[in-house]
Amino acid sequence: MAETGERPRVGFFTDTSVCIGCKACEVACKEWNAIPEDGLVLTGMSYDNTQGLGADTWRHVAFIEQRKPVEAPVDVFEAAARADAGSELRWLMASDVCKHCTHAACLDVCPTGALFRTEFGTVVVQEDICNGCGYCIPACPYGVIDQRKGDGRAWKCTMCYDRLGVGMEPACAKACPTDSIQFGPLDELRERAASRVEDLHDAGVTEARLYGADPDDGVGGAGAFFLLLDEPEVYGLPPDPVATTRDLPSMWRRAAVAAAALAAGVAACFVRDGRAR
Amino acid sequence: MAECHPVGFQWVMEAKARGATIIHVDPRFTRTSAMADVHVPLRAGSDIAFLGGIINHVLSNDAYFRDYVVAYTNAPVILREDFRDTEDLDGLFSGFDPDNRCYDNATWQYEGLETQAAAGQRDQERDQEYDERTRGGAGVADAARGEAHGSGGAAIAEGRPERDPTLRHPRCVFHVLKRHYARYTPEMVERVCGVPRDLFRKVCELITANSGRDRTTAFAYAVGWTQHTVGVQYIRAAAILQLLLGNIGRPGGGILALRGHASIQGSTDIPTLFNLLPGYIPMPHAHLHEDLDAFVQAQAAQKGFWGDMRAYLVSLLKAYWGDAATADNDFCFDYLPRLTGTHSTYETVQKQLGGVCKGYFLMGENPAVGSANAKMQRLGMACLDWLVVRDFSLIESATWWKDGPEIETGELRTEDIATEVFFLPAAAHTEKDGSFTNTQRMLQWHHAAVEPPGDARSDLWFVYHLGRIIRDRLAGSTDPIDRPVLDLAWDYPVRGRLAEPDAEAVLAEINGYGADGRPLSAYTQLKDDGSTSCGCWIYCGVRADGVNQAARRTPGRDQNWVAPEWGWAWPANRRILYNRASADPDGRPWSDRKTLVWWDAAQGRWTGHDVPDFVPDRPPDYTPPEGARAADALAGDDPFIMQADGKGWLFAPSGLVDGPLPTHYEPQDSPFINPLYGQQRNPARHLPPPHPDNLYQPVGSEVYPYVATTYRLTEHHTAGGMSRWQPYLSELQPEFFCEVSPELARERGLEHLGWATIVSARNVIEARVLVTERMKPLTVDGRTLHQIGLPYHWGPNGYSVGDAANELLHLSLDPNTHIQEAKAIACDIRPGRRPRGRHAPDLVRAYRERAGITDTTGTEL
Repeated sequence: MAETGERPRVGFFTDTSVCIGCKACEVACKEWNAIPEDGLVLTGMSYDNTQGLGADTWRHVAFIEQRKPVEAPVDVFEAAARADAGSELRWLMASDVCKHCTHAACLDVCPTGALFRTEFGTVVVQEDICNGCGYCIPACPYGVIDQRKGDGRAWKCTMCYDRLGVGMEPACAKACPTDSIQFGPLDELRERAASRVEDLHDAGVTEARLYGADPDDGVGGAGAFFLLLDEPEVYGLPPDPVATTRDLPSMWRRAAVAAAALAAGVAACFVRDGRAR
Repeated sequence: MAECHPVGFQWVMEAKARGATIIHVDPRFTRTSAMADVHVPLRAGSDIAFLGGIINHVLSNDAYFRDYVVAYTNAPVILREDFRDTEDLDGLFSGFDPDNRCYDNATWQYEGLETQAAAGQRDQERDQEYDERTRGGAGVADAARGEAHGSGGAAIAEGRPERDPTLRHPRCVFHVLKRHYARYTPEMVERVCGVPRDLFRKVCELITANSGRDRTTAFAYAVGWTQHTVGVQYIRAAAILQLLLGNIGRPGGGILALRGHASIQGSTDIPTLFNLLPGYIPMPHAHLHEDLDAFVQAQAAQKGFWGDMRAYLVSLLKAYWGDAATADNDFCFDYLPRLTGTHSTYETVQKQLGGVCKGYFLMGENPAVGSANAKMQRLGMACLDWLVVRDFSLIESATWWKDGPEIETGELRTEDIATEVFFLPAAAHTEKDGSFTNTQRMLQWHHAAVEPPGDARSDLWFVYHLGRIIRDRLAGSTDPIDRPVLDLAWDYPVRGRLAEPDAEAVLAEINGYGADGRPLSAYTQLKDDGSTSCGCWIYCGVRADGVNQAARRTPGRDQNWVAPEWGWAWPANRRILYNRASADPDGRPWSDRKTLVWWDAAQGRWTGHDVPDFVPDRPPDYTPPEGARAADALAGDDPFIMQADGKGWLFAPSGLVDGPLPTHYEPQDSPFINPLYGQQRNPARHLPPPHPDNLYQPVGSEVYPYVATTYRLTEHHTAGGMSRWQPYLSELQPEFFCEVSPELARERGLEHLGWATIVSARNVIEARVLVTERMKPLTVDGRTLHQIGLPYHWGPNGYSVGDAANELLHLSLDPNTHIQEAKAIACDIRPGRRPRGRHAPDLVRAYRERAGITDTTGTEL
């Protein structure tokens, strides 16, 4: 579903290769959406004291300090002599957000209709309808949507639905100083992202890859996708996410077949019994 | 830059996307390093050795831009025979007076010019009172004269200097420079800075390959560069390098000072500094300058645009005192305060302790956390009669008298403190009109979005109404001391419920008016006869045609790449200063790729993408006649129009109090003996009078074996007044921490997320520990050096709290600017929390005893 009605589907392209970890997205998101502060915790996870997405965090910047192997000297003795010459320090930063999946399991399981697909192709919880049943929480393959403590309702990124309605871009994209977070029609973003990956590959950054851009993946492609510089697991992202409701139809089909077979068997018993009598 | 200026860093990222190479030189691996192509960790406090090494590389490999250097710098100028370099005097220049610890710069002058006294010492008469008040004139040399050149160079004597364009003369600046830096070899850089020579050579090659006719390299520094006992010389070293490479006055070049606040550039242009008047006109000294003419005679340069200082000053006096300022009363020149010495922030603390300074305004400043040796700041404030704090929240500087660290240790008792403290809530920038001036000298206007809440008011409101009330109280006074206040032109229109003064009326006064009462459009219109008024000559034109030019917001796509219609840059909306240097001596661009301004022979004018920074109709081959002065004395190939000789200064014959060439000296606190010279520290550094809470460690003390450096994080702002009370910012960096390498953690038994106690010769603090490979041990002078990172945002008040890193710092200052050495101090670190109560000072004392520290330790030459 590339489009809903006349409007093109919009989304985020988060290019982590230019993220400077300023967290302006986190603050802009909280300011605009009036999300509560959720605790002062020095985590020791590099400069990430936010820890992850949740009911009170709709943008989260991950910080990953890692040693990246560099072209090793051919001479192993030389390599051994130079203690850390075999690797160089790398500090990855990436702003995570709700993926606004094409096949959104949270939306599928919502019994009240609080979760709905907007005219922009995004997935939004209506806070005045949500009854806090919590079905959506285990349904999300990314662990994005979450219940707010003391409130019970489910909360997540709305892609600033109210701003989109008046022609403004989401607060995080507006605040991002380096255009790491880009907002726009999804088709355009996918084109731009593909060409950015090509440029990076040409520049020797062979590890650049897209995450969530493929319409054939387990969620039918994400409305918010990413350019990563390492495996998704490194950033705390599932490598192969699948809409938890994807197999429901076939499961129900099989269940129906099984039920039909069972019913047929039971009926057959009665028939046989009837004959025996 | 990504850490502290994320918004400005977008342009670096854009340059990177276009293929620029980013080199980041910093003791720590920061968010900037993460984006850079090359990160160079170096020992904090060793930058002059690093930059000197690059200068040596450029000179010994003939990598300098020869045509530029010969034509536009003072490289060919011949120096006096009696000049002696640090090479001759083991780390000192000629003219040093060890008793007064200051230089007489007579021997630094150009051959062929009359002898010129040291900057700021061109006094004529002295009398006993003057001598007493200024310590025989030494206080004047201290008074930050070097800083008075923010928009131009220092004065030099009259005459034509001798030049050797072949650069062969053994006493020409070029050779003196080459000899001075010859010992800054890659091996020496490795030894002093801890930067491996291969990495250092890579940096040299990248910079030189990217400089010349077709390419330019820019330097950007955060103001941490200024926070050393040799801070000004750090910047000078970069300036020498950029001049040698031809990177000044050209697109993509320059040295960009990344300011620490939104309008710090503005607060030096229209200064909050004791030694400057608006537009970098020096503040007069007591008895040095008897009257206006004597002052101008002594201060104005003979050549260049500073030659018209009288017009700038008279117009300023007209803006201050309006109709009261007339030719008959020297335009009220006598109303200006006079300096008797230094009155920098740290000097003011001494004066508070001495009972001389009795009242103090703190407006948006939190010295109890943000200033070096924060304890001295609090002890000083405890001696005041009154203190006014204007801020958003109850910052530490407003509450130290009841809950500061000294109350906990028992060193101060609330009932003994007589200071009357007033707290007045301040409006945020979103709640008031005004302008920010950024590092590009560009003014950008901001409009109030909402009214300030409650009793919060703008600074403009506070100062205007305070002045109004004081003038009301003094009305009718016949005491001559009240005349300067009563005669002020203090009539700004006010608006609305809050009686907020009209900020644009202030801008109009700054811009200035002509004799016809109409707004001026350029500083060249200013007159010295009292017919024009102008609150800051370099800002003249910001309201040309009565239009607020700073409020212009034409998008970049709708104008040329220089974007002259976004905001307004001083002077004259020029975006690149000294841009005459972007063209060769004949007035043609150095290359097609780096075109900016050029001479249009057909029209007989300079033209280009930017506003030419030159006399508009002065041909490139123009030679000034004998006796010409001010701008008329500039030759057609003198691009540095504010310099007294029109040239870029590789060698500074005047203007600096601590030497004509940057020289590596060790920081005040250093675990190392200076490998380059017998002279350990900057001999002219500014040491305040001894105080038991401001002691220094001995050279190379093993008691304080580590080097600490302070810095800011993206998530917080300076001393925290704007960020530590904000939940959304506090949760991002919730408490004070120190950053250490895994190696140091092992050496000292520090645990990740555990507590550490950090001790200097002044004080002790505690911090949570972040163990990270981003801190890298260095090999300096043959041994391993561990460095400790300390973000300085925290204090005990607010939502996010912690100890203040600045408790550890000393007051040994840059002698030109009186800025503290915050970026390189020595300390020890140990696991666990710091002692409480009186046990904390006991620990500091025990360390001092072990190190053998006395009142005079570290104060030796």
